[in-house]
Amino acid sequence: MNKNIKILSILTLTGTLLFGCTQENEKNNQSKEKEEAQSGMSAKEQKRIVTEYREYAINELDQFVEKTTAFTDAVKAGDVEKAKKLYAPARMHYERSEPIAESFADLDPKIDAREGDVPKEDWTGYHRIEKGLWVDNSADGVKDYADQLKKDVHVLRSKVETVDITADVLVTGAVDLLNEVSTSKITGEEDRYSHTDLYDFVANVDGAKEIFKLFKPTVEKKDEKLAKTIDKRFDNLYGLLEKHKDGDGYVSYTKLKKDEVQELSRAVNELAEPLSQIGIALEG
Amino acid sequence: MKSNETGQDQNIEPEKTYSRRTILKSAGIGSLGVIIGASGLGGVISARESASNSAKANKNTIPFYGKHQAGIATTKPALLYFASFDVKTESRAELIEMLKDWTKAAAAMASGEMIGGTQNSVYLPPEDTGEAAALDTANLTLTFGVGPTLFKKNGKNRFGIAHKLPQELKKLPAFSLDALDKDWCDGDLCVQVCSDDAQVNFHAIRNLVRIARGKAILKWSQEGFQGKNNPHTKNETPRNLFGFKDETVNLSPEKKMDFDKHVWVQSGDGPNWLTGGSYLVVRRIQMHIEVWDRTALGEQEKTFGRHRITGAPLGKEKEFSDLGLDRKDEAGNFVIPVNAHARQAHGKGDQPLYRRSFSYSSGMAANTGTLDAGLFFMCFQRFPSKQFIPVQKRLGQSDKLNEYITHRGSAIFACLPGIRKGGWIGETLFS
Repeated sequence: MNKNIKILSILTLTGTLLFGCTQENEKNNQSKEKEEAQSGMSAKEQKRIVTEYREYAINELDQFVEKTTAFTDAVKAGDVEKAKKLYAPARMHYERSEPIAESFADLDPKIDAREGDVPKEDWTGYHRIEKGLWVDNSADGVKDYADQLKKDVHVLRSKVETVDITADVLVTGAVDLLNEVSTSKITGEEDRYSHTDLYDFVANVDGAKEIFKLFKPTVEKKDEKLAKTIDKRFDNLYGLLEKHKDGDGYVSYTKLKKDEVQELSRAVNELAEPLSQIGIALEG
Repeated sequence: MKSNETGQDQNIEPEKTYSRRTILKSAGIGSLGVIIGASGLGGVISARESASNSAKANKNTIPFYGKHQAGIATTKPALLYFASFDVKTESRAELIEMLKDWTKAAAAMASGEMIGGTQNSVYLPPEDTGEAAALDTANLTLTFGVGPTLFKKNGKNRFGIAHKLPQELKKLPAFSLDALDKDWCDGDLCVQVCSDDAQVNFHAIRNLVRIARGKAILKWSQEGFQGKNNPHTKNETPRNLFGFKDETVNLSPEKKMDFDKHVWVQSGDGPNWLTGGSYLVVRRIQMHIEVWDRTALGEQEKTFGRHRITGAPLGKEKEFSDLGLDRKDEAGNFVIPVNAHARQAHGKGDQPLYRRSFSYSSGMAANTGTLDAGLFFMCFQRFPSKQFIPVQKRLGQSDKLNEYITHRGSAIFACLPGIRKGGWIGETLFS
């Protein structure tokens, strides 16, 4: 459930999308603008970052739609093997752009809820199909969910243009991506049937790295050492993930030994700590 | 700090200072819109914020700086949180930087201040994690030590200090009946955190771990407690989890001469960087509580060599009476049995240790379903080779208490000398 809730700390959405534009939201927008005007990064620079990030996220979501379509087609055709192969790589695009993708409180649970996140009768999406494919080893019971999923990702893609992003949202989003890893992915709870957690893991790290790249020039100006530390720790984490590569993808999460999981968990926390400081870029 | 509550708009934006996510996590999604709009939220948060800004009631503080580190000769408070770290960085400069950051944080915490002062940038996580804000300092001490592996590990002179390794700082020898688990052993660095407040202790460890992130990792840790009612006014010997008084015969910090002779490393003892410091031996000793609890009182008392309630040596009435080890009963047997703990620990009385142990309880032992509890034994000394090691050799072989205990963890550290104002932890070692 926490994913759905995250939206409130991350994004200020256009009014029509969610709860309606309350006065509270209005006030937030105003104070945000005021802050940004006084902050270290020029408004122009912030705009540039936001635009670049939007392009990145939209590109990822374009691919997400495409690969999800291939995945759901395979499910509907009853081709379990093919569907299993397409499952994890498709999800990576969603996980990379999570700060945006999951901002749709209505769609995110439909697409990405895990068993128990939502009432049983409302459980649809990737993980529902995952259970069919891996536990029942059959697509028979999940074909309807494939139809639904395909529809939902298309709606997601069509709504994404309307999201209003600000630079401080991205600062939070970068760390949030890693926080996701260190709370649920590291425990193997995300893809509990397919054990393809490492794909999601890597994609979240990719997403965080993308955001850092945008802030890096400003962070470097303010604290060169911090920028270096973050780079070093990204390298370290990618180095550890590299060890678990298997062809184009990654080994099953069940293959990881206890100390390997611990090593990865530490590396994520070691990266997230300095990454949580990139907000200095926005300070005056 | 009432003024803060009304003047918050200028400095604090509550919804940002505290992540809304955190607050809302506990709420159901359906009620989100309602909560965000609710006017009460800002009030709740600003009240919390003002608490952390308020001047701290730091009555019970023990000075951090001085000739010796606090936490050795200072009064033992109610609670312990001990942590052992492994250094991960290979850079001497990074290690030194971390020790300097630790010093700053430790000095702030020991004086009841927030780490980094009251920094409140809305774009950054707060420097201090905040859970000790406005709590009494509770006699907090932080005592730092270095293990032999900091000097040399796998034959590698890690930080250019291998030549400074004191002869006395050696991995302890294997003792009879040791059943050590490597998850409870050794470490490159240690910190002993003591106070009268579990939250103050946790805050200290948590912030040190956070500062160390990327440079050193927590290797193992243990919380401990002692059952003194009023540790700072009533100097009564605490009881261990077997119900017996423990540490009756102990060196007293009040006798400075004894401490200079048996606890503090003196100039010329070894490399001078440790002068004013001390060697700390740590043993995690599991007590088989269930077995003990079905042992007859007479047997229990013979095991310790003391009476349970008074703590007096067997056959005597007062706790602090001389052990009288030569006394025999009518049948010609020693009143205090040959293998009694008190006798074996005492030996010839020429290996005095300064013990500063705490009991521990770590829930249930998963493999047996029994209580995982015991003694987190700690002792400070000038020469481990002449003090702890011979005592433990004797105990490992002949102590009747061995039937009821198992040594699971073991470590030795050199506790650094005291830190001067403006100085830092490890300054004498790395300069």
